[in-house]
Amino acid sequence: MHITLNGSPRDCAPATTIIQLLQEAGYGAKRVAVEVNREIVPRSLHASHTLAEGDQVEIVHAIGGG
Amino acid sequence: MMNTKTYDSADPLVIAGKSYGSRLLTGTGKYKDFDETRRATQAAGADIVTVAIRRVNIGQDASQPSLLDALPPEEFTLLPNTAGCYNAVDAVRTCKLARELLDGHTLVKLEVLGDQRTLFPDVVETLKAAETLVADGFDVMVYTSDDPILAKRLEEIGCVAVMPLAAPIGSGLGIQNRYNLLEIIENAKVPIIVDAGVGTASDASIAMELGCDGVLMNTAIAGARDPVLMAHAMKLAIQAGRAAFKAGRIPRKRFASASSPIDGTIG
Repeated sequence: MHITLNGSPRDCAPATTIIQLLQEAGYGAKRVAVEVNREIVPRSLHASHTLAEGDQVEIVHAIGGG
Repeated sequence: MMNTKTYDSADPLVIAGKSYGSRLLTGTGKYKDFDETRRATQAAGADIVTVAIRRVNIGQDASQPSLLDALPPEEFTLLPNTAGCYNAVDAVRTCKLARELLDGHTLVKLEVLGDQRTLFPDVVETLKAAETLVADGFDVMVYTSDDPILAKRLEEIGCVAVMPLAAPIGSGLGIQNRYNLLEIIENAKVPIIVDAGVGTASDASIAMELGCDGVLMNTAIAGARDPVLMAHAMKLAIQAGRAAFKAGRIPRKRFASASSPIDGTIG
């Protein structure tokens, strides 16, 4: 299935959960925030929230800034 | 340099009901690496440090250390900013992501920029975003222009600190608007923090001598030839300026006034 991850197209298995996506991208153990279709998905739902075809996913973290 | 935090319990900076020992707030951008970021932040004695919220780089090595390893949320009060946002919608969205990222943390630095050349705030979008964020329970520290009327409006909306610029972001031009800042300070019931424009230590002292409650800076420290030493200088400058403000300076006079008594001079 096709999703958009941080603005780029990405293929993933049907019904991939957010936790699975984070692990595939290497961010399973990192402090990140996740948004799907412009709605925050709280960390407590990362294991249960499954992605759907066409979802727009954003994964963000904190970096240096002023 | 060891951690030089000095908590002045008699004169804390109080924001949204929480007390902070340092009146110097620092950014975390433009440093060479996280080690330098940490050392400079410690030398500044900063309690509140700004961070930016950005997409992770998918495809790059995710095992690299992160900023929050260098500046753990248990040790510093992280102040997520909305830098790079040019409208209220993006700024609000960024704050919501930050709140999720930092486990419900509600203190944010709102900045909605107007254009890339000046990096001046878009005050119309800033007002809109501030209203939305305050209604949603955020504690909003807001970057704004040096307009006293606007500063008051932002306070009335419910912002917990108002942060006017002293000169354009990253310009290092120093305090270019001291009478506007004075007007803002004298009218304010919330902390006024100069955010942007400081170039060197004396600029920070001037801001504090005017009566600002604190100064937020990034480039002046991170861009110095020796950032850790400049961070130390800024810490001293903030303390000196604050003490001078509280001590009450002498009035300016046009003519001389001898310091030594006239009586008892020889001859």
